[in-house]
This record gives sequence, structure tokens and C-alpha cells, in this order.
Amino acid sequence: MKERYPDVTIETICRLLIPPIQLFALYVIAHGHYSPGGGFQGGCILGASFIMMFIAYDIGEVKRKMQEKLNTILCSTGVLIFAGIGLICLILGANYLDYGILHNILPVHQAKARALGTLGIEIGVGIAVTSVMVSIFLNIATAGEHEGEP
Amino acid sequence: MKFFAFIVVLFTGALLIYGTVDMPNWGDPNSPPNSHVSPRYIEKTLEETATPNAVTSVLADYRGYDTLGETTVIFTAGVVCIMLLRRVK
Repeated sequence: MKERYPDVTIETICRLLIPPIQLFALYVIAHGHYSPGGGFQGGCILGASFIMMFIAYDIGEVKRKMQEKLNTILCSTGVLIFAGIGLICLILGANYLDYGILHNILPVHQAKARALGTLGIEIGVGIAVTSVMVSIFLNIATAGEHEGEP
Repeated sequence: MKFFAFIVVLFTGALLIYGTVDMPNWGDPNSPPNSHVSPRYIEKTLEETATPNAVTSVLADYRGYDTLGETTVIFTAGVVCIMLLRRVK
């Protein structure tokens, strides 16, 4: 692992920029119904904010906040949310990923249930894309050797 | 063996090119997707899915299975990256 050179300018700028970037990423995911955006785009922005944190700070310090184990679990949780919502539709008696049937368990009418199902899978996609981005960056940037980082 | 593989690749490529002969012209307004599928998505998307953004409703609702595949591809990329690069002491 390469030695770290602390730089107050980069750290301060990242400290100021990362919260708005993460907020904007959540907005892009949640507002995908009304404006361009959705799970893939928002997840990429959220992942980029974590990558920015990795670049500006020590990898070990960021790994204490965003643990690798949790990150790997989140990878599969995102896909599981997507497939799980499809499975719920299947159990309720509709086709796979046919969200209209969700109005049986949600207190809304059919069209709104489809919108909520779409939002659910967008959140799943966002979680998966975010953690995969972070995981790929972490493993490629350190060539997989970030075990005992302080 | 390499020669056999070359023949298989050549044959598959020729088959794929032959398959494109029947396809409608690019952007043809009378082709089946443009005369049946697209108008239906545009007209019914707000009524059926309560989503004003037609791109989102097609991506996540009408073609949800496709998006599930895309998410799985990204997930597989992450898993393969961990499998190939991660060194556990």
C-alpha cells in the first residue's frame, strides 16, 4: 500500500462536497418517476461519493465507516430486494414482477401500487450499484490487499 | 481444433447476418414495434403505472425482467472482482 500524504485542501473540499453529492444521489433515485434518473444513475453517484472519500482519506479510516463485510452483504441485498418484490407478486398470484397485484397488501389502488413497486426495485438497484462500485474500486485500487489497513 | 472453431464462428456470424435481412428498416414508422408497442406505452403509461416518466415505467415495469438481468450482471461483475482480486490473509 502506498504511503499517504495528508492534504488539507483536498480533505476540506471533499468534506464539503460529499454530503450534497450523497443527498443528490438519493434525490436521483427517489425522483426517478418524475425526472431523468433512477437506480442505476443514482447508485453510480452514491458510489462515486464513497470513492471520493477513499481518494481523499485513508482507506482504513473509510473502511471503518463503510465496512467491507457490510458492503458485500449490501451487494446481494440489492438484487435480493429486486427479486424478492418479483417473488411477492408471484406469491400473491400474478406474473413475476407484475406489481399491479401489490394493491392487495398496500393501501393504494392498482396504478399507484405499480409506481410503488417500481420505486422498490429502483431502491434495490441503487443499493446494488452503489456497493458494487465501492467494492470494485476498493479491490482494483489496492489490488485486493487492504486487509490490515490501519 | 482452431480451424473447427473458426468454421463455427464463421457459420454463426453468417447466420446472424442472414437474420438481419428480414428486420424492418431503422426507424421505419410502420414496423411492428413502432406501430403497436411504442404508442401503447406512451398512451397508457400514466393510466396504468401512475409514472409520468415513460422511460422509468418501461425500464422498471413493462420490461422489469430485463432490468433484473442488468442488475444481476452488475452484481456478477462485483462478485467476480472480489473472487479474482481479494487476498485474504
